[in-house]
Amino acid sequence: MLSKSQARAFFLGGTAVTFLIFIGLTVYSLSPKNDQTNHQNIDEKVVRGKEIWESNNCMGCHTILGEGAYYAPELTKVYERRGEGYIKSILTSPIPWGPKGRKMVAYKMNNADADAVIAYFKWIGEINLNGFDQVVSPLSKEK
Amino acid sequence: MKYKSQKVAYWFFALCMLLLVLQIVYGFIMGFARVGMDGLHDVIPFNTARAVHTNLLVVWLLTGFMGAAYYIIPEEAQQELVNVKLAYVQLISLAVVGVVAVVGYHFNYWEGRKFLEIPRELDFLVVVNVLLFLGLILATLWKGKRKTTTAIVLTMGLLFAALLYLPGMIWFDSQVTDAFFRWWVVHLWVEGVWELIMGGILSFLLIKLTGVDREVIEKWLYVIVGLTFLSGILGTGHHYYYIGVNKIWLVVGGIFSALEPLAFLAMALFAINMYRKGEKSHPNKLAIFWTIGAAIVSFIGAGVLGFAHTLPQTNLYTHGTLVTAMHGHLAFWGAYAMIVLAIISYAIPNLTGRKRHESTQGKLAFWLSNIGMIGMTTAFGVAGVAQVYMERKMKMEFMDVQNEISIHFVVLILCATLFATGIILYIYEFIKYGKPTDEALEAKLS
Repeated sequence: MLSKSQARAFFLGGTAVTFLIFIGLTVYSLSPKNDQTNHQNIDEKVVRGKEIWESNNCMGCHTILGEGAYYAPELTKVYERRGEGYIKSILTSPIPWGPKGRKMVAYKMNNADADAVIAYFKWIGEINLNGFDQVVSPLSKEK
Repeated sequence: MKYKSQKVAYWFFALCMLLLVLQIVYGFIMGFARVGMDGLHDVIPFNTARAVHTNLLVVWLLTGFMGAAYYIIPEEAQQELVNVKLAYVQLISLAVVGVVAVVGYHFNYWEGRKFLEIPRELDFLVVVNVLLFLGLILATLWKGKRKTTTAIVLTMGLLFAALLYLPGMIWFDSQVTDAFFRWWVVHLWVEGVWELIMGGILSFLLIKLTGVDREVIEKWLYVIVGLTFLSGILGTGHHYYYIGVNKIWLVVGGIFSALEPLAFLAMALFAINMYRKGEKSHPNKLAIFWTIGAAIVSFIGAGVLGFAHTLPQTNLYTHGTLVTAMHGHLAFWGAYAMIVLAIISYAIPNLTGRKRHESTQGKLAFWLSNIGMIGMTTAFGVAGVAQVYMERKMKMEFMDVQNEISIHFVVLILCATLFATGIILYIYEFIKYGKPTDEALEAKLS
């Protein structure tokens, strides 16, 4: 029968081994040779876009890379699906956008901020998502 | 109650109740918005309501864990809390940070990162607050007459939870790296170290409520938390399938997250077996209901419903849909909310010296809240599966799908009303018990 000290050894040993493997896999998957995000394309505009995305808590309604709140559309492929002009008109609109009855806050962005968010969406849209990009936005693939 | 300083736990539990009510109110705002009744949109848009709803969940559970620690550690260590005044300072500062964060969310003062919306300046205050809490707990444990496995596992959980908050404070230019390390906090909290906290509280409650030998219970506690980390750490990979990192996570995350239900199954079997082996003579039946209930519902919510969409082949379609909300609600309810309500149900009669063990309201609170939450989970599940088929298979537009599934949110609101009634009854009971008193010290009702 298992003793308490054996149970403790199982807990401590199992935790240590799996944590070390986890760290190893983290280093491996984030190493530059395994990059799937076109990291070299992240410029000042993309970073500014990410800041605007976060400071307005866009993820509190939308999803991106499949993460968010499921209240408003998934935006991973929005650049490809809707195009620059459509996105810009929503971001700069002085009146709330409300397609099919669900309202969005009117952010009234200036051109520079809207362009930064668009650059961020463009960068997001080019990430290799291990096949999810074809499921999340079939409309863009059908074009 | 055996030590006067345990009384501080009561005020943490009271704050818990207040924050839980607020969380439910904001949940209703979101539910009504989903069926088109969004009259509060200009004041409380959906993203504000959601940030408040999820953050209040985290804060009230952490407040409950802290209250549990202030109740459990003195009793386990056989030592008064080293500084009660500082514990109250910690409670008040925690409440102030929470209020500032919640009010700030209504004025675009946030970070906009799912679950970690608290702005950076407040992050530092959270760190100071948690350090003060840990200092008090560790010093009490250090000075204590004994260092039990239950106390050590609980304290380890709280300590690691604090350490794991730090990766979430690092800024990354890349959304992918940001998401990667955000899951270090969120996943390794809820599917890792929080399970240590849950295990510690569960172990304490089973020792007290069943009368089974401590050595037996604590041995199995080690096995359960061992299984938790063995599967949960590498199980983090199920969040990395489709966010833009290497495919190796499809294999590693798939295998280890499929093993995660084992820890919850072990916890459920453990709780049921200890209850069967026990004397069944403890008068506080409500605490037993909540304790055994937490172990069973967490297995269904976190274990079974988590497994339902954890394999990469399934998650390819369910990732980013309401299926996640289905799993999330019952998992948090079973694993963490119920265990906090269990320790409150156990501690309150001991802190106040009053017995309301046979209260009808108390029993109704348990059943209504659980039936309500199972109904809510079902509504989310049906909406989520329908969303997957219409949006991901039939390639319908997002809002067309949302309109099709809105009826399930009417069901959600009805079930949430049942759930809220249960919680109101629980809080009514909490208030009826009155405030803690030193007279309860002699009563020793444990």
